[in-house]
Amino acid sequence: MIGAVDFATWGGHLAADALAPDRGSIDVLVPFSVIVPLVAAAVSVIAARNRIAQRVIGLGALLAVLVANVVLLVRVDDMAEGIAVSQAGGWAAPLGISLVVDRLAAIMLVVSSLMLVSVLVFAIGQQAEERRFAAFHPVYLVLAAGVSASFITGDLFNLFVAFEMMLVASYVLLTLGGRPGQVRSGMSYVVISLIASTFFITALALVYSATGTVNMAELSERIPQLPSGVQTGFSLLLIIVFGIKAGLFPLFFWLPDSYPTAPNAVTAIFAGLLTKVGVYAIIRTQLLLFPDDARQGTLLLVVAALTMITGVLGAIAQDDLQRILSFHIISHIGYMIFGLALFTLAGIAGAIFYIVHHIVVKTALFLVAGMIERKAGSDRLSRIGGMVRSAPMIAVLFAFPALSIVGIPPFSGFVAKFALVDAGISVEQWPIVAVALAVSLLTMYVMGRIWAGAFWGTCEDAAVSDRLRPGQTRVPLLMTLSTAVVVAASIALVVFAGPMYDLAERAAVDLLVPQNYVQQVLGATK
Amino acid sequence: MSVLLAFLAAALFGTGTFLLLQRRLSRIIIGIGLIGHGSNVLLLTSGGGRGLPPIIDSADPTDFSDPLPQALALTSIVITFGVTAFLFALGYRSWKITHDDIVEDDVEDRYIARRVVVDQMVAEGEAAAREIELDEDRG
Amino acid sequence: MSTQAPTSGPQRLVILDQSIKVLYQSILVLSLYFLFAGHNLPGGGFVGGLTAGAAVSLRYVSGGAMAVRTAFRLPSHIVLGLGLLVSAGTALIPVVLGGAVLEHGDREVGLPIFGDVKFVSALAFDIGVYLVVVGLVLMAFAAFGDDLGPIESTAPPEPPDGTGREAS
Repeated sequence: MIGAVDFATWGGHLAADALAPDRGSIDVLVPFSVIVPLVAAAVSVIAARNRIAQRVIGLGALLAVLVANVVLLVRVDDMAEGIAVSQAGGWAAPLGISLVVDRLAAIMLVVSSLMLVSVLVFAIGQQAEERRFAAFHPVYLVLAAGVSASFITGDLFNLFVAFEMMLVASYVLLTLGGRPGQVRSGMSYVVISLIASTFFITALALVYSATGTVNMAELSERIPQLPSGVQTGFSLLLIIVFGIKAGLFPLFFWLPDSYPTAPNAVTAIFAGLLTKVGVYAIIRTQLLLFPDDARQGTLLLVVAALTMITGVLGAIAQDDLQRILSFHIISHIGYMIFGLALFTLAGIAGAIFYIVHHIVVKTALFLVAGMIERKAGSDRLSRIGGMVRSAPMIAVLFAFPALSIVGIPPFSGFVAKFALVDAGISVEQWPIVAVALAVSLLTMYVMGRIWAGAFWGTCEDAAVSDRLRPGQTRVPLLMTLSTAVVVAASIALVVFAGPMYDLAERAAVDLLVPQNYVQQVLGATK
Repeated sequence: MSVLLAFLAAALFGTGTFLLLQRRLSRIIIGIGLIGHGSNVLLLTSGGGRGLPPIIDSADPTDFSDPLPQALALTSIVITFGVTAFLFALGYRSWKITHDDIVEDDVEDRYIARRVVVDQMVAEGEAAAREIELDEDRG
Repeated sequence: MSTQAPTSGPQRLVILDQSIKVLYQSILVLSLYFLFAGHNLPGGGFVGGLTAGAAVSLRYVSGGAMAVRTAFRLPSHIVLGLGLLVSAGTALIPVVLGGAVLEHGDREVGLPIFGDVKFVSALAFDIGVYLVVVGLVLMAFAAFGDDLGPIESTAPPEPPDGTGREAS
């Protein structure tokens, strides 16, 4: 029906020609990380009966996205303006949906797509849910598309749609298999997320009636003109919405209950990416939409401190490995918010570096937890033990990210924490610095507990020690390999800490001066 | 914004919140549906004006109401619809497993809490045993 | 698989059966009308798909899950996948051809009976959405249609994902 011949010439209102020739080539790459996984998901649904085809499609699509994102990061960072814009449908900015990749979004895209590829390989190696359910691959790809869409969208309503895309996929992945525990935790997870989404729509309705736009660049110009009380209200409402998704202090309660019930690989990707998408949204909205006096610095600092403390205390109390790590995510969300809440260049750069470090290291820890469970048949610290002898490879793979997350000097966690603490000291926020350091010590205790419980000591449980005997159970090669890749990525973060931190600093400069973003988005088609 | 619609949204939010606080998933789903409707009504009123159609053959902006909130509301309705369907599926599954759709407590949480109590009892028992030993040593 | 209503033997209502035979086709035609009218009039892929879903559910009322399974020759997951492919493809193809994502165009074509008809490439997106919704309804009936009672069935009914992916 539709001739493919002269498509670009159809319709005079189209703005294809408005894309300046020198940057058109890079702007084209912007929507790829969303569309390619979606197309792949469609093909994967059609190939539901053929698991090998599904694997090829999924891995191929995600690898392509990874390559595209790396190119995008390099090119965007090279550009003076540091931003690539694509207008969906060719409609100019306030009318159409803007897709924007600045340095921060590009960093997040690269890290997230690397994690998505590694975890998919891990899931394939695991031969568990991935093999049993035809729905795994399509839904995983939709999740990938949703995560990328949340990073690149330049439109507040579209952010809602992207969140929903990601969340709907996460509901399905969380309950894949329909075991009683999953159904139980799935209910509360879905209900909580739905409540957050409803708040989001409410916030959108209020923002739209106050400003008449949902385009973030335009909002950035119009929100400062509102009465300051209204600004504060919007800012708080958005913090609550994204705080639920990120797992901030009073709103985190759903997280440690739901994440551990998902299949291992799925928990790893949730832990690595989903909460960080929430943090990303907080950073983006706070810095882009609100002027200095409507930002919630003090509130966020208090929330950050409480988040750190409750998270780590919760982790100390737990016995199940997955739950320890899940509580521990919350604690570290606090660090990222701490960096943001300072609203200084060093603080935000530190927060960005911390997010990257945390995504990689946390995913690695959850993947190792999956390996432990595969090897020992249990992930209760009271049941397993002595794995340093029976599974030295797992012990090594655990040691690197564990030391890193504690913040022992040569590892990436040290660089990240040092940057944050340094930023805190330079603006003399002593209480939060003290909390951050104390929580680091407690983190060391938590990791020490895991190490002592799982790797040292003896195993008292007969069934587990049976499995741990040499030659009894083997961890599939693909699982080890993908975990090793993620661990290697965390080590690479140390080796390239200097350039990485410089990049984070450049991203932070972009964020603190939103005028450039606004100009590029609104001016791209004018 | 029409006052009537504001009250409608408030009523929907109120009843929805009440239902959300119940234990049964079926009621929670209805509650979520109501809250979702409430927020959609709010979204619709953000377009301003009432009783006017969105753009129809007119260039005068006072002749039609803003079509964007309607499009946004439609999208959010579609999404809420999909997720509600998923929740129903979850409730159905729960009913199949347990003959019920009550949202249960976190099992592991209970386990941890019990473990603490057990630890305390063990500690108390050990303390009592030491007392007895001391008594025996003395006596 | 083919368990009928719990009563002994299928008790079918003649009037319902006969009227549904007529209604089924007409509702499907109506849904197609909604699909094609959608660009400038009320309607569109989602509405059309839901209308077709209503037709399918009528079939379920009269004949149970088996009647739904035999309603379309294609398996439901293929319908869903094709729909997703078509709508995601309409986003990708303009990029390949050198335009912006989701960009679309239109063209007037003179047809013998209908006169001048305006074709928009956004119609392809609507067709995709239509297929997704229909596939989803079919899947839902296939997964939950047979009421096996409160026992552990072998295959966990995984609800199809991705509803509401389309921003209509």
